[in-house]
Amino acid sequence: MNLLLSNYTATSCLGVGLDATWQALQAQRSGLKPCDFETVTLNTHIGEVPGLDAVTLPSSLRVFDCRNNRLALLALQQDGFAQAVQQAAQQYGAGRIGIFLGTSTSGMLQTELAYRARAGGQGPLPAWFDYDGTQSTYSVAAFVRQYFELDGPAVVVSTACSSSSKVFANAQRMMACGLIDAAIVGGVDSLCLTTLYGFHSLQLLSERPCAPYDASRNGISIGEAAAFALLTRAPAQLPAGAVLLRGVGESSDAHHMSSPHPQGLGAQLAMRAALQAAGLAAAQIDYVNLHGTATPSNDAAEDKAVCEVLGTSTPCSSTKGHTGHTLGAAGGLEAVICALALRHQTLPGGCHTDAIDPQLHAAYLRTNRSAPLKNVLSNSFGFGGSNSCLILGLV
Amino acid sequence: MSKELSVYLEGVGLLGPGLPGWPAATPLLATPATYARALLDIPSPDCLPPAERRRVGAQVKIALTVGREAVAQSQRDAGTLTNVFSASSGDGDNSHAICEALARPDRFISPTRFHNAVHNAAAGYWGIAMKCMAPSTSLCAHDGSFAAGLLEAAVQACSAQTAVLLVASDTPYPEPLNSARPLGCSFGVGLVVAAQRSERAIARLRLSLTSATPSVLPEAALESLRTDAPAARALPLLQWLAGGAALPASVHLQYLDGCTLTVELENIRGRGA
Repeated sequence: MNLLLSNYTATSCLGVGLDATWQALQAQRSGLKPCDFETVTLNTHIGEVPGLDAVTLPSSLRVFDCRNNRLALLALQQDGFAQAVQQAAQQYGAGRIGIFLGTSTSGMLQTELAYRARAGGQGPLPAWFDYDGTQSTYSVAAFVRQYFELDGPAVVVSTACSSSSKVFANAQRMMACGLIDAAIVGGVDSLCLTTLYGFHSLQLLSERPCAPYDASRNGISIGEAAAFALLTRAPAQLPAGAVLLRGVGESSDAHHMSSPHPQGLGAQLAMRAALQAAGLAAAQIDYVNLHGTATPSNDAAEDKAVCEVLGTSTPCSSTKGHTGHTLGAAGGLEAVICALALRHQTLPGGCHTDAIDPQLHAAYLRTNRSAPLKNVLSNSFGFGGSNSCLILGLV
Repeated sequence: MSKELSVYLEGVGLLGPGLPGWPAATPLLATPATYARALLDIPSPDCLPPAERRRVGAQVKIALTVGREAVAQSQRDAGTLTNVFSASSGDGDNSHAICEALARPDRFISPTRFHNAVHNAAAGYWGIAMKCMAPSTSLCAHDGSFAAGLLEAAVQACSAQTAVLLVASDTPYPEPLNSARPLGCSFGVGLVVAAQRSERAIARLRLSLTSATPSVLPEAALESLRTDAPAARALPLLQWLAGGAALPASVHLQYLDGCTLTVELENIRGRGA
């Protein structure tokens, strides 16, 4: 079943909303900067969304106040997204719209601050701490559901860095079963100390802006983002430039908690499943937005998978040099970037890649290219060996 | 009114305080006066390689235990079964240890703690233990996490005309987080559901989203257990399966405000078998 992305939006360090995002992609401008987040003292780069401290939640939703839900609110107020949801709620009914959002750390920053506020590192958490509205992995979906006054099904998928790619599959399945008529999908993940110091502990943070596919790549840059799409059934007559969700493929590595399968076997399964779901042959994919985190092992494993499934001539790039790795929001953000690529018939070249690693064989793009684009594929892989692949396309 | 989903239950796994596995729990749930809360003995997951076994926390151990029990009863192949993991949070001990470390000046986090902190840790270890490369998801909906998981498992089974393993598990946080998010116990439930009826079917479940008030259990000890952990919100369903007398043939499982997962139940063969 083809679903229509009837509205979509994204906010990241590239900017707030689609226009700012596209301008940055068009200019191949990275939003990464040396890390000055909170009290963090790591030698790394981050992709921060400016101005989140000034975002105010509606007073009736104050229990949800944290960086993650502020980012969600800022994003869903762009590009007419909120109006599109309200219109869908009127058309289909508040109980017929599902919410499927991905996050990895939710409002964890709030908990980190609460622990730091304990007197002498002991005793209870401060009274201002609200677990359900902030740290709870579900909080962003609860916030969005209350914000739009919806009463249909809602869920947060949390499969690390594949979370907000996989939500497209949840929504598609539930619509196919007839339980809902429209779905809010997407992902929200915000900067916090757990991920910065956690990836540092795994020695996976680069000290310079991440350089996917570069011969000297040495790790990720962490970013934050919120991306949303409103999915509806595709009508018989589609507006010009309408972007469709053609297929989703999912798989598990069954290999290791934090390292990819070296041959990218799980990634291959997910890509093949997505092609099958979309009813497309490998040759019909015009561009691949890679997971492309810029760690040596991730890019190497993904390259093997892409070359095995699609060959070595399909143009591909990672946009994590622009945005940083936005973790649980990456799948959603990169789906929106793919939709923009289709809309503008432009393949985004990657940032910061000076010399492509000769060990990697996929057709990596270092500059933007105008080309007829019909079907694009986006990979997202996460800890726990969780793989997801989306295919979006024009009619 | 919502459309209805129909699936066949083929296997059950259970681990909760005083409920050490489905066969042992069945008579206790069927005759609640015999149920007594007891400390939960969490088995070591011998299905994991020794290095991984040492690293996993209580939530993963519970999830692997109930998942294996449900799959064994279904006689399905765990290595190829699509799976849905539902938990209201990641591992609580891990989360606490990381927040404590980040509140100290050196902010040193153990790398193992970090990768075990992901919400999908149980699913990741399940894949490794069972060599399962099938699609897997990990999700939550706060106190409605069990219903969200069962709904997703049924949706996956129906949309792909296949069988799906659901594993719901929760463990409490240590203090100080437990005061902010009080859970009274650890609890785990595994269910295998299939779109098609087979000779292994125990019951038929017909799921729909309604605005019904969630079912409560008449017995105080079990009702208090039901509200102690999100995964224990499965108890109205489990109690019916255990075959207690005069129980209704439909249960309303807590999901979200204004959205309840109603399950119409139909016995196929000896319940609790």
